[in-house]
Amino acid sequence: MGAAQAHQSTDATTGPDSVVVRGVGKRFATKTGDVSALEGIDLTVAAGEFVSLIGPSGCGKSTLLRLIADLDSPTSGTVEVFGKPAARARRDQDYGIAFQQAGLLPWRTVAANIALPLELHGAGAAERKARVAELAELVGLTDFADRHPDQLSGGMQQRVAIARAMAERPRLLLMDEPFGALDEMTRERMQAELARLAAETGAAVVFVTHSIPEAVFLSDRIVVMSPRPGRITDVIETGFGKDAARDESLREAPSFFDRVTAVREALHGTPVPTTGREQR
Amino acid sequence: MSGAAWTPATERRLRVIAPVLVGLAGLALWQFLVSVVGVSDYLLPSPAAIAQQFAEFGPAIWQAALITGPNALIGLVVGTVLAILLAALAARWHAVDGMSAPIVAALAVVPIVALAPVLNSMFGSDSQFGRQAIAALASFVPVFINTLRGLRQTRPVHRDLMRSYAATGTQSFRTVTLPTALPYLLTGVRIASSLAVISALVAEYFGGPRGGLGSAISTSAATSAYARAWAYVVAAIVVGLIFYLATALIERLVLRRIPVGGTQ
Repeated sequence: MGAAQAHQSTDATTGPDSVVVRGVGKRFATKTGDVSALEGIDLTVAAGEFVSLIGPSGCGKSTLLRLIADLDSPTSGTVEVFGKPAARARRDQDYGIAFQQAGLLPWRTVAANIALPLELHGAGAAERKARVAELAELVGLTDFADRHPDQLSGGMQQRVAIARAMAERPRLLLMDEPFGALDEMTRERMQAELARLAAETGAAVVFVTHSIPEAVFLSDRIVVMSPRPGRITDVIETGFGKDAARDESLREAPSFFDRVTAVREALHGTPVPTTGREQR
Repeated sequence: MSGAAWTPATERRLRVIAPVLVGLAGLALWQFLVSVVGVSDYLLPSPAAIAQQFAEFGPAIWQAALITGPNALIGLVVGTVLAILLAALAARWHAVDGMSAPIVAALAVVPIVALAPVLNSMFGSDSQFGRQAIAALASFVPVFINTLRGLRQTRPVHRDLMRSYAATGTQSFRTVTLPTALPYLLTGVRIASSLAVISALVAEYFGGPRGGLGSAISTSAATSAYARAWAYVVAAIVVGLIFYLATALIERLVLRRIPVGGTQ
């Protein structure tokens, strides 16, 4: 049933895939010789699909995201974003990006931080103002538009960063552990907000995380990776479907726990004792 | 023990009053040594004698300060501008950095006393250029070193962000690199401000046109007018303080407008 729903959600999309990664490898030169960060990566993200990359440290999930963003270049293989080479997609501003560090400019106000990409790409002052007001509203920071980042909590700073990533209405959002530095309660609230934003805008999301529940809660598909060399070991469809409400009821649903267990098993490479699942 | 009991307001007042009291006590002790104990006048003129000379030669001191002050200011501005430009080039191109490093190291150790006579004879005895050049040289080094350091403080997350925006080099420099470097740059200017005044003053000892606080100090001392020499020294201190306080104020105003800390 889950698989059928997942198919529905991918079939419903039109246009080219958001991301197509083919046979990608990445080696880094270090003092002790070359280190293989990624090997033989194949991954397709459909338009509007939410895909999480999960795995232990050093599995190359952040590296893979950086390759998609064209912040690094692959040693072998190709990365295409909306049917174009990644470098071209970056120059065309086809994606928005958010990192674990909010990376706000401390000398700019919240509004000026959100406006940064618009400003760099030559949007007019009136257009900028309107779009910033819209985005501040979207992430619930209208009252804080004139504050500086050092007056905001970590969660609020991250919301500014997400608003900034969405400034140019990208059809693809790349997120590298954006909630990694937040406390658990803030984190769950931010997850629900991100799920809402992704659904409202219809943007595809590639989301790097360490957290199994976070990946299950947000994703249509979870890509499980393992280190040395970094490669994809498993792909798990959550099968909740696009229309499933991402709220507290999902976190308590049996199907949610099922998927959490499935991802955990994939990560550990061995089945978790079945009793754990039966109780749920 | 009693310090813990002071209210913040009292503490603030004490912070102003205490140094003033110490200063007055020092002056009183100084005056006592000269007029009662009898330290000879050429060893140490009394504060009263210096104050009297300061009042008597007020217009002359003002004229001298109007030569030294502008020399130092021109040197500070020119040295700062050159230092920022070269630091920007050195931060951008490694080759420039490699070429400039030994030159800057050499500039940093050039003794003013050695360079001043050479420049003064190069540009003639009626030109202030030599003195301004020396002040510029002295200002250049701290501004260059601090600015270059500041230009290298750009955080990796900001660099990634600007790359993801496909920002041009100029855009990145203006929106991220330069604002990050600004606190460092301003610290460099503050250090350079005192150096500019000192160098402009010392350069006047070694020829060039007459006039200026440095010339006046050496002339007064040479004619045994020790109290007058000290009056000119006081004026030199005032000029130096004005430069330092002005740059410190600029630093404070700019940094208040652009908070730099507290973000992830």
